[in-house]
Amino acid sequence: MTVDTAPMATEALDSPRSKQAMKARIARRYAAERRFRAYGVAAILFGLTFLVALFSTIMVRGYSAFLQSAFTLDVHLDPSAFGSTTPPSETDIRMADYTKLANRALFQALGVDPANKADARAASQLLSQNADVQIRKTVEADPTVIGKSVQLSLLAHGNVDTLMKGHFDRSVPENRRQLSDKQLGWLDKAAEAGLLGKHFNTGLFTYGASSKPESAGVGVALVGSLYMMAIVLLIAVPLGVAAAVYLEEFAPKNLLTDTIEVNINNLAAVPSIVFGLLGLAIFINFMGIPRSAALVGGLVLALMTLPTIIIATRAAVAAVPPSIREAALGVGASKMQSITHHVLPLAVPGILTGTIIGLAKALGETAPLLMIGMVAFVVDFPTTPLDSATALPVQIYMWATAAERGFVERTAGATLILLAFLVCMNVTAVILRRRYERRW
Amino acid sequence: MSTSLLFLIVIALGIVGWFLGNWRARASVGGKTSALHSRPGYYGAYVLLWTTLPAVFLIIVWNVLSPIAVSSLVTAKLPENIQNGPEQARALTMSTVRMIENGLSKLSPEDLDKTADPATDVKALLMSKGAPLAVTPEPFAVDAARYQLTLKNSSQLLLTLSSIGLAALGLAFALFQVSPKLRSRNAVETVALAGLLGCSMVAILTTLGIVLSMLFESIHFFSIVPIQNFLFGTVWDPRFSSAGSGSGGGGEFGLLPLLWGTLYISIVALLVAVPVGLFSAVYMSEYASRGVRMTAKPLLEILAGIPTIVYGFFALITFGPLLRDLGAHVGLSISATSVLTAGLIMGVMLIPFVSSLSDDIINAVPQSLREGSYGLGATQSETIKRVILPAALPGIVGAILLAASRAIGETMIVVLAAGIAPNLTLNPFEPVTTITVKIVSQLTGDLEFNSPQTLVAFALGLTLFVFTLALNIYALYIVRKYREQYE
Repeated sequence: MTVDTAPMATEALDSPRSKQAMKARIARRYAAERRFRAYGVAAILFGLTFLVALFSTIMVRGYSAFLQSAFTLDVHLDPSAFGSTTPPSETDIRMADYTKLANRALFQALGVDPANKADARAASQLLSQNADVQIRKTVEADPTVIGKSVQLSLLAHGNVDTLMKGHFDRSVPENRRQLSDKQLGWLDKAAEAGLLGKHFNTGLFTYGASSKPESAGVGVALVGSLYMMAIVLLIAVPLGVAAAVYLEEFAPKNLLTDTIEVNINNLAAVPSIVFGLLGLAIFINFMGIPRSAALVGGLVLALMTLPTIIIATRAAVAAVPPSIREAALGVGASKMQSITHHVLPLAVPGILTGTIIGLAKALGETAPLLMIGMVAFVVDFPTTPLDSATALPVQIYMWATAAERGFVERTAGATLILLAFLVCMNVTAVILRRRYERRW
Repeated sequence: MSTSLLFLIVIALGIVGWFLGNWRARASVGGKTSALHSRPGYYGAYVLLWTTLPAVFLIIVWNVLSPIAVSSLVTAKLPENIQNGPEQARALTMSTVRMIENGLSKLSPEDLDKTADPATDVKALLMSKGAPLAVTPEPFAVDAARYQLTLKNSSQLLLTLSSIGLAALGLAFALFQVSPKLRSRNAVETVALAGLLGCSMVAILTTLGIVLSMLFESIHFFSIVPIQNFLFGTVWDPRFSSAGSGSGGGGEFGLLPLLWGTLYISIVALLVAVPVGLFSAVYMSEYASRGVRMTAKPLLEILAGIPTIVYGFFALITFGPLLRDLGAHVGLSISATSVLTAGLIMGVMLIPFVSSLSDDIINAVPQSLREGSYGLGATQSETIKRVILPAALPGIVGAILLAASRAIGETMIVVLAAGIAPNLTLNPFEPVTTITVKIVSQLTGDLEFNSPQTLVAFALGLTLFVFTLALNIYALYIVRKYREQYE
């Protein structure tokens, strides 16, 4: 029967109508093929577009945070402001009214009459409320300047900074504006005379938390993050490498080994916030380590990073060919010696790459740190791991939720700093892998 | 002597032991080290281990047990009425005693003797030494504090003597044992192996720590708020207890609105991530040239490396307002923080999770299946749709489940982009809140630790952990099963 139908089918296929139908079908199938490919390209482009949009938005918003407006003023350090004794005592230096000195210098520079109360107040609003701290630090560093005039670069108020960066809308009616016409006039004159200018914002890298955007920086947060990264390195790397070596080289196939492996795989996928709860319950409540301490943060992040390092180390150790081990055993090394003398040194590039990637993940982690009280207003640099500290991503979170407009720019700037760190770490990891990875 | 100094001394003794062991091993064979069973360093390490391990073990055990012993001895000295009184009062007295003891430890021996006289004003004395007390201590509390101080001091002295003695004893014992025949390498390596095993147990300990801490605090919470009110309640309103209203202070802790918010956002996120991730994976593994693949794949994976706080910030300042303005343009009212904002951004974050794993899985499908399909005249897309994807389906489902578990546990994006109002709504343009957002908001700020408002965070955390654990275990099981199928 099959023999009979075959020629009939051929005949049917040869007929013009069926040929046409087949052509149409093939065209349809090819169209479907092209559509399918286009979907794939579109999906990849979607992801990449988003990536570009994310980076460009943050750069556009954030680059201006690296510049900061400041007045360059000749501040006369009037000896009468420092009490009656000469030389002035430390208390006098600490308690002196620096705001007055700063304002006096500003009035002189802008040509404002200090007797005119309204004008004086309007002019004094142009300086940052942190300007007095800047003068005080200068005097504290060198008390001999008292009585002389020093040229200082004093931070301008956040509103002035907004104006200088061109985000200020002058067309808004005066009563709804942050700066009055008179203030704008002074500022324009000062800018023309070179008294007011934008400088590289070193404060962004050296200051701590502040309620004023112009004097807020990530310095303290960077130090906190650094502490935590050091703790992660000290704890997670030795533990992770040891665990990986055991599992890859020594572990017998039994229930305990299986349990450990299942646990490691699960820990890699446990939500990070759960690690924060663990830190709160165990390290803070049970072990009594102070809240907000960099030590707790470091421990929590170390536990989170551990699975990443274990998995990377196992892959690196497994990639070392058995011939290396056998050669070592053949000349009389013990198993432990063959591993510590031969296998591990060869696996170092892989372990380093995994460690750097794990550290980069830990550096960007925010949620667990919120649980253990790192959302703290920390002004002073932590000197030990037990001091209150905060971390770079937590600082970003705090600024992102701050109400003042000036903080948006700071947040984007801090995000750029964080991303720069992450890019550096990941590029190092890629270079390490490219240069030192051996294929056997 | 402080415990850390003690550690240093023991370790220093160990290092001395290392040199001695090394030296004695060499001396025992007259410098001909090939006659030794192990290399001389192993003899040094053998002595070092014998010196440090028992002493360190003693110090740790002592530091755990001695505070318990001291506090029970001191409690026994307290007046009858406090000993038999309610537990709270006893705890309060003990904490006062601890505070006084803390102050007493700063006094000179003469001043300390003075406190034995009930006539002395202890509070003023301590104040002058920079240890202010909140209350005027009763004489018995001062006595107890002095007793506690004496006990602590003698316990520390005893520990110092016994641990250094133990270290020296271990050193001498091991050094005595050193001889060319001693199999020191085997002994040292056994200890090292035990150390490696101990390190890999940290993973189990961490899981255990997570489960126990959450379970413990959750049980505490459920003793205040009934479990059915938590699991099936539809209202989330944890009124923060104001001062004086006590720890019982009201509030409703219904999980359902939070759970719904979490699931809704995750669904939206998966609706973005699954098609985009899957199509990217298919394109990259089946169509793309090597060059495209080598550039596009790492670029997409950058999306997984960006910290989620950055996504959250982006959603907060750019994407949320953009959606709101777009919505206003076409007459939809989309609030700046909404299911849609959080879901879309989270979806983008998840793309590389879906695409990377799916890519691996599609690559694992044997080439013979493709060739068979081409041989029958199928186009490439037909092969993918009819042959490869069905073959890879279990693995892809695993990848999607892993992405879903990420979505459920994600915190920073939803904290900044989803809103804080618990809301049982179907409208994707409205804000909702999630489990993770509420854990954060219940635990940030200064709270008393025993109120249900704080403890509920652990119950929420447990819920989250159970959900993600189930998803992870199932997903990992599927992926592993699938890998075995084609190996």
